Amino acid sequence: MAINPRAIKTTGYLLEAQGLTVGFGPVNIIENLDIQLKRSEILGVVGPSGTGKSVMMRALIGLLPRRGGRIRYFGRDIDKLSLSARRKVERRWGVLFQHGALFSSLTVKENVQVPMREHMDISQELMDELAELTLSMVGLAPNAGAKLPSELSGGMIKRAALARALALNPDILFLDEPTSGLDPVGAAEFDELITSLKETLGLSVFMVTHDLGSLYRACTRIAVLGGKKVMVEGDLDTILAYDDPWVQSYFHGNRAQTVQVQMAEEDKALV
Amino acid sequence: MATVAIHNGYRLEEGGDTLRFKPFGSWIIRNLTEVEKTLSGFTMPKSSAPVVIDLSDLEKIDVAGAWLIHRSAKKFAAANHPISFESVGRAARILLQEVAESDRPSIPPEPAPSKAFTLVEDAGKSVISSVGDVRRLTELIGSMAAIGASMVRRPAMLRFTPILYHLEQTGVRAIPIVALITFVIGAIVSQQAIYQLRDFGAEQLAVNFVGIVILRELGVLLTAIMVAGRSGSAFTAEVGAMKMREEIDAVRTLALDPIEVIIVPRLTALVIAVPLLTFIGNLSALTAAAMVSFFYGGVPIDLFIEQLRDQVDMINFTRGILKAPFMAIVIGLVAVLEGLQVEGSTDSLGKRTTASVVKSIFLVIVIDGIFVLYYAMVDG
Repeated sequence: MAINPRAIKTTGYLLEAQGLTVGFGPVNIIENLDIQLKRSEILGVVGPSGTGKSVMMRALIGLLPRRGGRIRYFGRDIDKLSLSARRKVERRWGVLFQHGALFSSLTVKENVQVPMREHMDISQELMDELAELTLSMVGLAPNAGAKLPSELSGGMIKRAALARALALNPDILFLDEPTSGLDPVGAAEFDELITSLKETLGLSVFMVTHDLGSLYRACTRIAVLGGKKVMVEGDLDTILAYDDPWVQSYFHGNRAQTVQVQMAEEDKALV
Repeated sequence: MATVAIHNGYRLEEGGDTLRFKPFGSWIIRNLTEVEKTLSGFTMPKSSAPVVIDLSDLEKIDVAGAWLIHRSAKKFAAANHPISFESVGRAARILLQEVAESDRPSIPPEPAPSKAFTLVEDAGKSVISSVGDVRRLTELIGSMAAIGASMVRRPAMLRFTPILYHLEQTGVRAIPIVALITFVIGAIVSQQAIYQLRDFGAEQLAVNFVGIVILRELGVLLTAIMVAGRSGSAFTAEVGAMKMREEIDAVRTLALDPIEVIIVPRLTALVIAVPLLTFIGNLSALTAAAMVSFFYGGVPIDLFIEQLRDQVDMINFTRGILKAPFMAIVIGLVAVLEGLQVEGSTDSLGKRTTASVVKSIFLVIVIDGIFVLYYAMVDG
């Protein structure tokens, strides 16, 4: 999958955080946490509420200050980069916020064009075409582009925000609870969309989620947060076999069984 | 022999009866500025020779690059050139496929109406919205009256905790700024009065003038304008944000009346706070006047007070402070009305807050004018 083969220095990871420590006031929410994102994988981050999943993601993308630790993107330590080099790195990731965070005074199409307009020197015509193309790729109807965010449904907001995150053809896509607030069918469609975009665009995806369905359907690797650190990481089977009360109840509880039944049915429907 | 034309990002080879379109380098969004410019200046060859799109020299491609290749292919096809692709790598194939699948005719934007038409349309719209304002104001006053009537019967409906909270926010916390503004204006007016009357040797009359103008007009007007800017804007923003986040709908679904829960406490607090603030403003302005008279006009403080007591009747004070509750009601009503009209976007929140402040200050001044007319008629 060498679509954008870019030189990776020192390590094979697109994103690598070591000893990450983030806290508020006297408390550290996460402490000495290590996490990596490999090329072309969908990493799902789960954990009980309040273990700092979103805090970790916000620290990784530089929205929260760190108390300690090093973060490397594409093999380069972001603390050692100049401001302009940092901005370049930032353009290589796209972020989908939990509630979309679309600019409410701009239309959907203008929202998608904001990063293009700010960072690229391309004609309005090409921007219009690319915005239309991206909106079509994320599965929005042709008339959605002219709408304002307040006129969209929850699922459409997520798709529009995803289109904006994809506008600059990022290498890494950060998703914060991408399927929260969607009905199970909409959530399943969104998972499929992420998987297919990962295939076609060669994305690597970092997903914070609560949704078991996403973990089963989309993620190629899962990291479970607990005790201010990554408690366990690996593929689904590794996690299912891990002996921890929270992991056991989360992945083997009633809810998990329902999801497993759903998955089996979806598989049958595909055959 | 083949002739070769090299452009930014692609080569065009003409040889035999085929045309080879060979993109090279990185066709990714960061590099496409130049490529796009030369591509848009591209003129189709007149022949209908078959075109081979040869991707063997292409190093990198992303969605934007794939789109440009797809678009060029469409243009060749539209000019009746048979198209074929060569040396398409795996990544490029997936992207070209995705792009072709996602390509769809875009909906053309509605043609912009002419300037003259928009002017007429805007004028019409603002007339309609003013009429709407009057209608909404009438509605709101009506429901407030109904709630007021039921509160007379059941005073327990009055929510004391929120009223006290808003009294603190709009009243107590406004004291410093109201006192400061009225103090400064009081000093300025007093200085001017003394300065202008000095030429006639009538400095002591400055006390009459300053006392009357402060008690009748300036104290209440300045206070109301400050409150409109401070609390009116806050009310609009609060109510508007509540509207945006569906909190007002939530209040309604809990079988509560938003007017009773949200609007009445704020308005009640304003009606209590503005007269009190006006009183403080009056005191502050008169203090300033006394100080200026002493330091600038050489009038001793006790003489100033005596003159004020003899020459400025109580009626001036009551006529001034009587305006305060009316101004308070107008500020509150305008603020809440604008807040309730906020729609989904942050943009409309900003516009409504501006409109609230501008309209309430305007109406405060209009009310003052009406009172002046009324008093003039009463006094004959």
